[in-house]
Amino acid sequence: MANPNGIGASVRRREDQRFLTGRGNYTDDFKRPNMTHAVHVRSPYAHARILGIDFADAAAMPGVVAVLTGADMEADKVGSLPCGWQIHSKDGSPMKEPPHYPLARDRVRYVGDAVAVVIAETREQARDAAEMVVVDYEELPAVGSSTRAIDGGAPLVHDDAPDNVCYDWHLGDQAAVDAAFANAAHVAKIDLVNQRLVPNAMEPRAAMGEYDQSSGEYTLTTTSQNPHVTRLLMGAFVLGIPEHKLRVVAPDVGGGFGSKIFHYGEEAVVTWAARKVGRPVKWTADRSESFLTDAHGRDHVSHAELAMDADGNFLALRVSTLANLGAYLSTFAPSIPTYLYATLLAGQYKTPAIYAEVKAVFTNTAPVDAYRGAGRPEACYLIERLVDVAAGVMGMDKTEIRRRNFVPKEAMPYQTPVALQYDTGDFAKNLDIALPLVDYPGFQQRRAESKARGKLRGIGFATYIEACGIAPSNVAGALGARAGLYECAEVRFHPTGSVTVFTGSHSHGQGHETTFAQIVAERFGIPIENVEIVHGDTNKIPFGMGTYGSRSLAVGGSALVKAMDKVERKAKKIAAHMLEAAETDIEVKDGRFTVAGTDKSLGIGDIALQAYVPHNFPLDELEPGLDEQAFYDPKNFTYPNGCHVCEVEIDPDTGVTTIVSFAAVDDFGNVINPLIVEGQVHGGLVQGIGQALYENCVYDEESGQLVTGSYMDYCMPRADDVPSFTVCYHEDQPCTHNPLGVKGCGEAGTIGAAAAVMNAVVDALSDYGVTHMDMPATPEKVWRTIRDAAPAPTPAMAAE
Amino acid sequence: MYAFTYQRPTSLADAAAAIQAEEAKLLGGGQTLLPTLKQRLARPTDLIDLGAIPELKGIREADGGLEIGAFTRHAEVAHSDLVKRVIPSLASLAEGIGDRQVRNMGTIGGSIANADPSADYPSAVVALKATVTTDRRSIAGDDFFTGMFETALEPGEIVKSVRFARPDKAAYAKFRNPASRYAIVGVFVAKFGAEVRVAVTGAAGSVFRAEAFETALSADFRAEALNGLSVEADGLNADIHASADYRAHLVTVMAKRAVEAAG
Ligand SMILES: Cc1cc2nc3c(=O)[nH]c(=O)nc-3n(C[C@H](O)[C@H](O)[C@H](O)COP(=O)(O)OP(=O)(O)OC[C@H]3O[C@@H](n4cnc5c(N)ncnc54)[C@H](O)[C@@H]3O)c2cc1C
Repeated sequence: MANPNGIGASVRRREDQRFLTGRGNYTDDFKRPNMTHAVHVRSPYAHARILGIDFADAAAMPGVVAVLTGADMEADKVGSLPCGWQIHSKDGSPMKEPPHYPLARDRVRYVGDAVAVVIAETREQARDAAEMVVVDYEELPAVGSSTRAIDGGAPLVHDDAPDNVCYDWHLGDQAAVDAAFANAAHVAKIDLVNQRLVPNAMEPRAAMGEYDQSSGEYTLTTTSQNPHVTRLLMGAFVLGIPEHKLRVVAPDVGGGFGSKIFHYGEEAVVTWAARKVGRPVKWTADRSESFLTDAHGRDHVSHAELAMDADGNFLALRVSTLANLGAYLSTFAPSIPTYLYATLLAGQYKTPAIYAEVKAVFTNTAPVDAYRGAGRPEACYLIERLVDVAAGVMGMDKTEIRRRNFVPKEAMPYQTPVALQYDTGDFAKNLDIALPLVDYPGFQQRRAESKARGKLRGIGFATYIEACGIAPSNVAGALGARAGLYECAEVRFHPTGSVTVFTGSHSHGQGHETTFAQIVAERFGIPIENVEIVHGDTNKIPFGMGTYGSRSLAVGGSALVKAMDKVERKAKKIAAHMLEAAETDIEVKDGRFTVAGTDKSLGIGDIALQAYVPHNFPLDELEPGLDEQAFYDPKNFTYPNGCHVCEVEIDPDTGVTTIVSFAAVDDFGNVINPLIVEGQVHGGLVQGIGQALYENCVYDEESGQLVTGSYMDYCMPRADDVPSFTVCYHEDQPCTHNPLGVKGCGEAGTIGAAAAVMNAVVDALSDYGVTHMDMPATPEKVWRTIRDAAPAPTPAMAAE
Repeated sequence: MYAFTYQRPTSLADAAAAIQAEEAKLLGGGQTLLPTLKQRLARPTDLIDLGAIPELKGIREADGGLEIGAFTRHAEVAHSDLVKRVIPSLASLAEGIGDRQVRNMGTIGGSIANADPSADYPSAVVALKATVTTDRRSIAGDDFFTGMFETALEPGEIVKSVRFARPDKAAYAKFRNPASRYAIVGVFVAKFGAEVRVAVTGAAGSVFRAEAFETALSADFRAEALNGLSVEADGLNADIHASADYRAHLVTVMAKRAVEAAG
């Protein structure tokens, strides 16, 4: 009998009750007796030398407990925030890795860089006093963009990083690519910018440090996607606290989108300060601080060329990218424009030769790191824009050129020329499903109708493939990761048959408390209400790697299955003992253990009880208890893929782009909860649409000031900006190397959407000879493009 | 926010007395003032909340037009049957301000006293020949806005109500800033007999009348009458969302749309 809340059921999110009724428990909700409040003094300059800090007046303000600076941290031997991934340049030299102190010591390198922290009885008192801290700055020339960073003679962000270069890296076979270009019949070229974005999680970052003098234990409560990673990095590298004396708790977290993967200076500051002042210390970012100091995303400037034969078959791809890493290396920053980007440049195509160069540079801007999709949206956007340009060069239909170059299903597993091996995927099928959904044949007629109304209609396709799971530790290690990339789970049956699962994955909006429980309910045939999912506390869960890169289900879910396998093996032993049968004769189905060919059977609940009341166990063969733990290290990445199609209508009078329809066809492998998957896709699409049409993080190139530091200027997409989406998936191509056959769905929407929208915008403008436009396609940019193009007016437009 | 003393007078006279305190500030719906305080950009000693003063509330028919109390929320104007009947364009302007939360709090008095160059109401005040009544005097709508964030109000003067004339035809067309949803350009077109008023907000430091447009529309109240007309880009606002020449272009586009909507 199928479990009504098992795998494949659209179970409503169990956690939503508490979120929607305001009963979530977020870091800022935690209050402790005697708690103090921290406010950071931040640099108003993008680049300056700190000549002195005078905090005498601040320290004398009402309620002030302490004013601490980088010098205090130095005296306490506090270390630099570590970087978790090392990249080597073409010449074999390691990347430049300048120190990144939680409180700046002699120089500030971006607007918002923390210089001191004021700790007071109340937050307002801390703010009052922070305003009284006088920092004597000597302003230095700043570098506000990546192109300026490599402009000869640009100021140096770090003295030991010549030309502001962190690394100059490459991937692929350059000789093969050059040879293919030499023989190409056609070449498509593009220059594009993938603009910088601010992550904008709904909950701003927050951290509370506590120190227990009697036990010598520290507790950090923080807005983290991966508390164990924070414990390791902060404990071992920054503060020198051994793991058994440091607990990191990531309670309810209101969204992360990558920005809460990283270990941030404020976490170290409150933990360290809690001991110094002998009281709990809490810091919560305000929205302005979030804009200034959350690690930003994207920020690439690229040139790409695609070589084709006379029939439009792709022969080779050549890509050169300039990546902005910001002022310091955030935790995983170096890996994003390299192993999470260039390795995806094959896309869904069988391009035989690919060569990518990536130069990563320091600038006087906030650090840049993983943001939903992390590298893969950048890759998808570049490929899919370039393929549209290629279709133009060839005079081919945009779907046809894609279909011609897809890696065929039969070629799976497929080794790309850029290191990855795709396990499964049927790209033509995704397109076949999508075309009728969007009535592609009817498009020309819709375009004509729009034209009759003076509007410009365009259709855009984007196919994507991403590498999720962030996979095998051995591969990641070989590529420079300084962490393992497995996941853990513990399945604890209680005597009365209910279950607590401890997972190393962390839910900050993904719905694990529901999906993970469905998997357990299905496996053991128990009601979902009997399953509790615990995550986010290093004192409760085994060493977990957390949630990012759409890895929770593919890696964390697999660890859960592995732990359930162990539970089942143990339960089988107990059943055999109780039923007086040979273990080999026990058959297991939906949590029932039956002696083959008989009606003798036991449920998992009976077995759990026996496990904890082992009155007659043969104790040398059978241990009491039913509580198993597993670590799962994947064999490969997983490869979600899909086809997104967007239709837009542009008002040429104002330049406003309206999304008329959007269809997403995705292959996520097997789906545990269709409702949650759909929600993840919706959110992802909106973020991708946000990048395409609205969002843009702007720094002044010269001064390094953040121009878009609030929602008055940084435009977030809103519900009324997007249409109702058509979202569908197929389960024909499950992942072949994890037990659930799942691929991950968290980032997919964001990865495909931006390219689909921009391809539609460019298509709408194709009558004007437009072949590319950088994101975001703001009304003014579109209007100006139309005005400057001065096309032959069509009759309908002339009538306007 | 810095600490301040909060006062909630129940009569206009008490409010007028309270605002005499040095560094006191009037509090309307708080949609501009409170964010300013939260960011510590202002440091008033006293906040005089106008929300409990009956004289500042309500919407009435007056002289064939409408009189709207200063402490009337945008949502009240947007949903008022009276406004929808007498000057529907004013209701639809109010419905297009910010978002639901802002409309539920922001007030007409606060909006015009604040005189944000990208606010919507100033266009209606000018186009609909409004009269602003304060606790001290009456000010013609044409004279009320004197510059960017500047009005004819004297220190401590309290807006009591705004009286709008009823046009024969009118409409407001707004091109909103996609981020803040204020007006990048908003054009209010109103026709009173042979007279046409075209008031433009968002485009410049303060609301202004597009006189060439008014002349053309007085002769021929159709969108086509504006063909070939535009305002000078020089001196218009420019920011990351819209350059001056884009704004100048939008003024014509929005004016045409307003004329079409006015019918
Ligand atoms: C997110 C957001 C979006 C917005 N979008 C728009 C938009 O699209 N269009 C638009 O027009 N506006 C917009 N606004 C502004 C808003 O609609 C309010 O009109 C505006 O903030 C001022 O009105 P208030 O009642 O909130 O005044 P307050 O913020 O309380 O006060 C503003 C100023 O007016 C003074 N004041 C208040 N009442 C009086 C009075 N009766 N007499 C004299 N002085 C007074 C105060 O002292 C203060 O200086 C937006 C605001 C926000 C926060």
